[in-house]
Amino acid sequence: MSDLAYAPPLTTLAGPRPALITFLVRLVREKPLGAVGGAVFLVFLLCGIFADFLAPYGVNETNMAHRLEAPSWDFPLGTDHLGRDVLSRILIGAQLSMIVAFLAAGFATVVSLAIGVVSGYFGGKTDMVVQRGVDAWMTFPDLVLLIVIISVVGPGVVQIVVVLGLLYGIAGSRIVRGAVISVKENMYTHAAQSIGARTWHVLIRHIVPNVMPVVIVLFTTRIGAVILTEAGLSFLGLGVPPPAPTWGSMLSGTGRTYMYLGAWLALAPGLCLTIVVYAINVYGDALRDLLDPRMRGSQ
Amino acid sequence: MNDQTPLLSVTDLAVHFPVIRGVVFQREVGSVKAVDGVSFELRRGETFGLVGESGCGKSTTALAILRMLRATSGRIVFEGRDITDLGVGELRPLRRRMQMVYQDPFGSLNPRMRARDIIGEPLVVHGLADDRTAYRERVRELMDLVGLLPDMADRYPHEFSGGQRQRIGIARALALEPSLIICDEPVSALDVSIQAQVVNLLMDLQDELGLTYLFIAHDLAVVRHISDRIGVMYLRAAASIPGARRPCHTAAPTIRTSGLKARPWWPATCMRDGRRQAPFRARPAARRRLDLGRPRQNGCQTPTHLAAELR
Repeated sequence: MSDLAYAPPLTTLAGPRPALITFLVRLVREKPLGAVGGAVFLVFLLCGIFADFLAPYGVNETNMAHRLEAPSWDFPLGTDHLGRDVLSRILIGAQLSMIVAFLAAGFATVVSLAIGVVSGYFGGKTDMVVQRGVDAWMTFPDLVLLIVIISVVGPGVVQIVVVLGLLYGIAGSRIVRGAVISVKENMYTHAAQSIGARTWHVLIRHIVPNVMPVVIVLFTTRIGAVILTEAGLSFLGLGVPPPAPTWGSMLSGTGRTYMYLGAWLALAPGLCLTIVVYAINVYGDALRDLLDPRMRGSQ
Repeated sequence: MNDQTPLLSVTDLAVHFPVIRGVVFQREVGSVKAVDGVSFELRRGETFGLVGESGCGKSTTALAILRMLRATSGRIVFEGRDITDLGVGELRPLRRRMQMVYQDPFGSLNPRMRARDIIGEPLVVHGLADDRTAYRERVRELMDLVGLLPDMADRYPHEFSGGQRQRIGIARALALEPSLIICDEPVSALDVSIQAQVVNLLMDLQDELGLTYLFIAHDLAVVRHISDRIGVMYLRAAASIPGARRPCHTAAPTIRTSGLKARPWWPATCMRDGRRQAPFRARPAARRRLDLGRPRQNGCQTPTHLAAELR
């Protein structure tokens, strides 16, 4: 009876611990890079949340005596062409950029998941109709669609979230659909159906959990993409309307114009953007691996 | 219900898949005949072995009986009730009565569910898991029944060996106390030493719970060991079964007990009784090999005589 021989569990946990603690311990132990990414991201998130307290100056507080000043003790990240403190604007910008990035990427992921699951799972005619719709949508270049829609509905945080969410959501649904089709072919899906499980049960218990790795990666890559696209929109004057600062508008607006006079104007938002996007990506990868039960106990 | 009524009777079952051309103006240009003319009966409490070379439609037959595929023609009567054309709503209670054990112990368990949830899933699906403690107790009982230790309940499928996984699959099939379990090559993916264990487990469970098995396999040795009666399928058209104990010729030697190579001879000729589209047309090589050019007279009158009991 060799297959009955009891093998010790692969992970030995010292007593029951709250799931969150267990998760964090595993994160630090198994995915140190992901843990750093998560921490960096958390710092930026907190900065964004408490920006109003942390910012040394008002966002739009101009100081004509200190225009385009290099970083100093008074202005840690320098000032822009209107004498506004860059650090303050970065902090407040973090708030806006994070809100836009998270809501838009989250919305996009939900849209991708919904379309992908319906299209992939039901297949046949449904798939056919949905996919031709997606094809039609994807025929248009992103930016053209964005410009048309934003110029109709007008710029604003809500509009941008919805439009970016739809844009990336529909494009990403292809990826989810592919994953769903491969998961659907697994015998456990078939087993659940033959047990008599209703469609929603199969979707929630079997399909969605098994496409989560794809969805998590989709979400984390979308966050970076959304921040960058928002920057592009701001550059065209269709993003979050000025003078509200977003990293994108700081980078592509003042940053670009005055780059030669004050490199810090482009460096500060550019670096923040890079760091956050990278942090989210490594954290997302770590999350994907940790949530996979097959990765338990392995490096 | 008296013991004489068959638990399951399949009459002239056919499953054809249409071949469709065109995107907008779809037309059927032909059909793939996966199963064509299968008939057999299962008595209560017996094990009926269904053998045949791979690709001959054994699994398709199983899926049609489970109503996961729609039968093109023929009748399936289960527990005295014609289930061939039941709607989705009527099928749900039926699903409790027949369960399936799958061939692949890796693919048939959701890698993201713990053993407990996999085994208990049928209970959840049918709303029998409202009482949490009773539910856990039932899962524990099922695990015990198939020889799994209770502290394995929280493990994930990848933490089990192939044989243990198959035990999980069997426990899941038992959860709803079905009267019929369809075993679709339940041991063919397992190591030979484990095969015997699983087969013996299935036989023990049958004694204990009075189960009826439809046991599909291509390994004749295994089928012989577990089955009370055996039906043979050949190419997608099919041969089966001795409802009457009247073998058509002496069947035993014709099924050469050499695993996959086993081939009955005469079913083929029997099936060619005046049909326009002979079921074997798709395989000229096989026809030549078997010398099926002309129907031969060999004493088989009906498809039900095609195969014979091996014991």
